[in-house]
Amino acid sequence: MNDIRDITDSPLGQYQKRKGVFPKAVDGHFRRLKWAIMLITLGVYYITPWLRWDRGPYAPDQAVLVDLAHRRFFMFGIEIWPHEFYYVAGLLIMAGIGLFLLTSAVGRAWCGYACPQTVWTDLFQHVERWIDGDRNAQIRLNNAPWGPAKLARRLTKWGVWLAIAVATGGAWIFYFADAPTLAADLFSGTAPYVAYFTIFILTMTTFIFGGFMREQVCIYMCPWPRIQTAMLDEQSLIVTYKNWRGEPRASVKKAEAHPGEFGDCIDCNQCVAVCPTGIDIREGPQIGCITCALCIDACDTVMKQVGRPRGLIDYATLADAEQEKQGQPATPVLKTLLRPRTLIYFGIWSAIGLGLLFMLGNRTRIDISAQQERNPIYVLLSDGDVRNAYTVRLRNMENRPREMEVSMAGLSGGRMWRGEDTEANAADRFVLTVAPDSVQKLTINVVAPYEGQQRDEFALSVKALDQQGGSDSHDVVFERPESQ
Amino acid sequence: MAKQRIDEPTGTQTVGHEWDGIEELNTPLPRWWLWTFYATVIFSIGYCIAYPAWPMIDSATKGALGWTSRGQLADEMAAEARRRGPVMSAIAATPLEDIAANAELRQVAINGGAAAFRANCVQCHGSGADGIRPGSGYPNLRDDEWLWGGDLQSIHFTLVHGIRNPDHGETRMSLMPAFGRDGILDARGVQDVVSHVRTISGQERASAASARGTTLFEANCAVCHGAAGEGNRTLGAPNLTDRIWLYGGSRQALTQTVTNSRQGVMPRWGHRLDETTVKMLAIYVHSLGGGEASPPTSTNPQTTAAAAAAPAAAAAPAAPATAARP
Repeated sequence: MNDIRDITDSPLGQYQKRKGVFPKAVDGHFRRLKWAIMLITLGVYYITPWLRWDRGPYAPDQAVLVDLAHRRFFMFGIEIWPHEFYYVAGLLIMAGIGLFLLTSAVGRAWCGYACPQTVWTDLFQHVERWIDGDRNAQIRLNNAPWGPAKLARRLTKWGVWLAIAVATGGAWIFYFADAPTLAADLFSGTAPYVAYFTIFILTMTTFIFGGFMREQVCIYMCPWPRIQTAMLDEQSLIVTYKNWRGEPRASVKKAEAHPGEFGDCIDCNQCVAVCPTGIDIREGPQIGCITCALCIDACDTVMKQVGRPRGLIDYATLADAEQEKQGQPATPVLKTLLRPRTLIYFGIWSAIGLGLLFMLGNRTRIDISAQQERNPIYVLLSDGDVRNAYTVRLRNMENRPREMEVSMAGLSGGRMWRGEDTEANAADRFVLTVAPDSVQKLTINVVAPYEGQQRDEFALSVKALDQQGGSDSHDVVFERPESQ
Repeated sequence: MAKQRIDEPTGTQTVGHEWDGIEELNTPLPRWWLWTFYATVIFSIGYCIAYPAWPMIDSATKGALGWTSRGQLADEMAAEARRRGPVMSAIAATPLEDIAANAELRQVAINGGAAAFRANCVQCHGSGADGIRPGSGYPNLRDDEWLWGGDLQSIHFTLVHGIRNPDHGETRMSLMPAFGRDGILDARGVQDVVSHVRTISGQERASAASARGTTLFEANCAVCHGAAGEGNRTLGAPNLTDRIWLYGGSRQALTQTVTNSRQGVMPRWGHRLDETTVKMLAIYVHSLGGGEASPPTSTNPQTTAAAAAAPAAAAAPAAPATAARP
């Protein structure tokens, strides 16, 4: 395959102006899969912020909410606090390994079907076809001089694109605030400035990336094809033109005139016409290919028309290509998918997922942390006792007020009281109510006899007094002055 | 050299120089770059007109908008004052005890008091309010020993009027005689009294000297410090039986004290800080760990006076200065 040329290989390609890409409409299995995935991804994106989830009176009722102001992340029944951010990190790692898994199994399927750039570009291209017509009409219109008719069509198209772009940018911010309230604020002009700014930025990126830059984002801006291509191996399913079956090319008539001399490819260029990144798959695997497989649909349609078997362009592995070239049957798809590499990725991916679920099931919703006050470390009292003070933080991560008992243990003769209280009420425990979904900061004074080690360790503990219970403990140090 | 030509593949003119066969294309700047540049030029003209920009001999052009950094600061300060206005006037209008009972006001007062403390009080009392070091003569405000009282009103009175303030009539005032220097006690008598004091504070065992000192103490010291040495807050006379020593409890330090007396001075803050700040300071100091509950009925004449005198002192700071010095 010496004739492999890549868009990025050509030294002159760097200087060339972009050639317009006018993908033709196509129908087939992969096109329908693409429709379905577009419907699902866009549906999830637009609808999610509007789902409600009853969390009681003390928490927002939005199912998925990134509450930056209060540093909370709500996802259905799960609430993530900032110190639990490792759940998000874990999900991101899962997303990464999921991509590895997907790529090693079915190549750059992410690029071809689920990448936002692909989904919105696809959507914009449908709008374009709806307004300008299919490929040939688009090319004609593009070459036509500017006039009222062309201007009207262009303005209509850009208007619809812009509307979609605004809806895209607008939907994003609903994840960060209560959606109905924010929507009302947006239309009444009272939403925060940052909301409008975010909408503007996302609108412009959607409009420009999806409408004008399209495949250039995939080929020149996105680092992902470089990384993904590195993760492919000869066992990965990728879109392959079976050149051993197709070459040399000839028209149907010519092939009929000279049976046995020519391959199956009739050089109809339909695979090029439907390609959203404007490449010719017959030049072999290349970086511009996002494996959306629309060329497979186009080729299969043509092959059916001319009465030749489907699959001249097909999902195949490089290993299959070698086998088929030598006349052997290809490896079954299932066997290709279930090989050590994919199974290892799947194992790691599920292990992290199970680990996260396990941690989620076992996490406590009550927490105590204590810090000794350093200035001064201790105070000598008139009766000779020593007092230390501690800044204590009690976390109530439930969405309701909770009664908690704070107690101390392990300091002989020690008693404590809250900063607002007086020593008269000193004891080894006290009870307080912590507000829902909040951190309560308190100062605790601890007094103990002078006699003892210079540094004593003891534990401050918190226990929830309601039915659900839960407790946590924190070790702290009690300091005494040096003996004179 | 200097032969300009059109580069075939790109259709761009070369700059005409050649280095070891390498030529440079004379690629024009991108249009978007140029337009951005022109836009910044136009923007800068408007900016120079609107804002102070051109340096003149002794100042700069004022700018059409009249903006100044000082003006901006003043606006920000005013906005901050407006923001804090409601809670500050709430603190000003609420009696001390009620502020302490209101969790929100109390927290604001503690924060405000801490800020005022850092600016005005740390020089003597230390940044931790623990009196810099034991025996230094600056009281530790965190312990449970108070010379003049540790409830809110007493602390407030001390803050407003100061202690032994020479030019202020209502200041907290008391004088300990210099027993040794003034010849009231001879050197042996001083040592006997020191022995007695160290005995009642549990630092020494009773001895012949302390027995002699007991008599001297009853005759000379008990008036202020009490028969048992328990102190008297009305006079700011320290409790001599506890473990806390303002100037140190060693024999040497006590000898100094009895011989020459001690006269700790604290400035009054009633005329330097506004009433709200003094209130917040009182609450902050009271919250440090040694704060005492207010007495149920005001038996202490000085704290009763404090309640009445405090607003007057703040309103007319010059007036009390005319009062006779005791």
